[in-house]
Amino acid sequence: MHLHRCALCHIDLDGVSVRRGGQTLLQDVSMHIHCGQLTVLIGQNGAGKTTLIRALLGEIPHAGSIRHVDSAGRNLAHLTTGYVPQHLSFDPEMPVTVRDFLASSMTRRPVWTGVGRKVREEVRRALADVNAADLEETPLGRCSGGELQRVMLALALHPAPDLLVLDEPVSGVDRNGLRLFLDTVTRLKETRHMAILLVSHDLRLVREYADHVVLLEKNVLVQGSADQVFQSPEFESVFGSGTGEEVEA
Amino acid sequence: MDAVYAVMDALLPLEALRFSFMKNAFLAVLLLTPLLGLLGTMAVNHQMAFFSDALGHSAITGIGLGILLGLRSDLLAMLVFGIVWAVLICLIKQSGSASVDTVISVFSSTSIAAGLIILARGGKFARYSTLLIGDILAVTPQDLLFLALALPVGVLLWALMYNPLLMTSVSPSLARSRGIRTRLVECAFVVLVAVAVMLAIRWVGVMLINALLILPAAAGRNLARNSRQHAVFSVLIALASGILGLFLAYALDTSAGASIVLVAAAVYALSLLLRRWRK
Repeated sequence: MHLHRCALCHIDLDGVSVRRGGQTLLQDVSMHIHCGQLTVLIGQNGAGKTTLIRALLGEIPHAGSIRHVDSAGRNLAHLTTGYVPQHLSFDPEMPVTVRDFLASSMTRRPVWTGVGRKVREEVRRALADVNAADLEETPLGRCSGGELQRVMLALALHPAPDLLVLDEPVSGVDRNGLRLFLDTVTRLKETRHMAILLVSHDLRLVREYADHVVLLEKNVLVQGSADQVFQSPEFESVFGSGTGEEVEA
Repeated sequence: MDAVYAVMDALLPLEALRFSFMKNAFLAVLLLTPLLGLLGTMAVNHQMAFFSDALGHSAITGIGLGILLGLRSDLLAMLVFGIVWAVLICLIKQSGSASVDTVISVFSSTSIAAGLIILARGGKFARYSTLLIGDILAVTPQDLLFLALALPVGVLLWALMYNPLLMTSVSPSLARSRGIRTRLVECAFVVLVAVAVMLAIRWVGVMLINALLILPAAAGRNLARNSRQHAVFSVLIALASGILGLFLAYALDTSAGASIVLVAAAVYALSLLLRRWRK
């Protein structure tokens, strides 16, 4: 199998702050996101997790620096980012299949004229990659939350990203769905070369899957291995004496 | 033009098509409805029915302003104002304000009122009343030439913008992360709809233009299972409603625009039944 090797080694966030409408959304966030690791962001609602992702994606202006560093310590100008958003806002009644949707980003040919054989095969491979081969002809609106998440993951992996950013939905995906998703992500982490940043609300699964955990509350309260973070006083002050169960509503 | 008429006489030896005004109307339907049917698919999926309705209303102001500014061509005035208006609504939509509906409604009624005030000065509105209901029997050969040029250009632009627009309609932030300039794509779509609406509005009328954009696509959506089917069904329904409505209007001696829309509405009702039955 062809193994994609990204040039990236890690992403350095140094003193990243975001202010909007007189409010501080992120204050002086410094952290690393390493290739070959699953880095998980946790925190209460409104802690700035999605804001941090938007700053990483370049969607909103920020102070401080975000550097993409290669293995020789040089800055990389271009970074391919795959992104799975938390919210999708489409009309569930629209007659657009998973195949149409994926094909629309793989080819310039407008999908209302149909999808060619080559692209169909590409779509099939992309879906098989995330255990979603059976969804090809399902309309997007008929997919469950977990299925949609996998479809979005398939999309995020094409073209092969250096950085994969996963903003997990707060609701709509049950734990089995999340487990399936995280198993897939873990397999990707082990077989391909990329950095993965996940925002998660399911603390029990975070504990199970994360290589590096960052607890955010406008700034980084604590970061380290899952055990280090979960046993810290900062974790307890945010989530109570954490059992690792879901805390957020 | 005579050659085209001769071909039509040979292919469609119908009593109703004896007259050249009916031939012109028939050709106009063939040229206009496919583009509206195609664009309608995204207007429906992107939940922009209300927006395109407001866009149609702005034609009145466009003509009014054209008269004030002394422009010779109504079409030019409508096109320019329609495009400006479309970009304006697009920017409002993108500002993320929660009350987009309300803002569009305010703009829509303001533009109707402003247009009416200009057009009704000195009690002359009757001259413009065809603008409200349209008159497809007034299509001239020059109009047809213009439409024949506009159709392929419109379809080509639509082909270029569809995929990025689809991604944007599923998730703007996802689309942006993939390098799509979502604001530009959305505005380009809105402008294309504005141009198509303004081209059609003289024949279909301000009151009914939106139905022609939305109904075939809404009916097609009830029957389609994927993007291609949606486009095909929508175009076929738009064409069929256009042709059938035109002949009905001829037979019953009534408004062509209204007959076309009624046929499209009937198809929509049928599509709803079919959809229920299939479930």
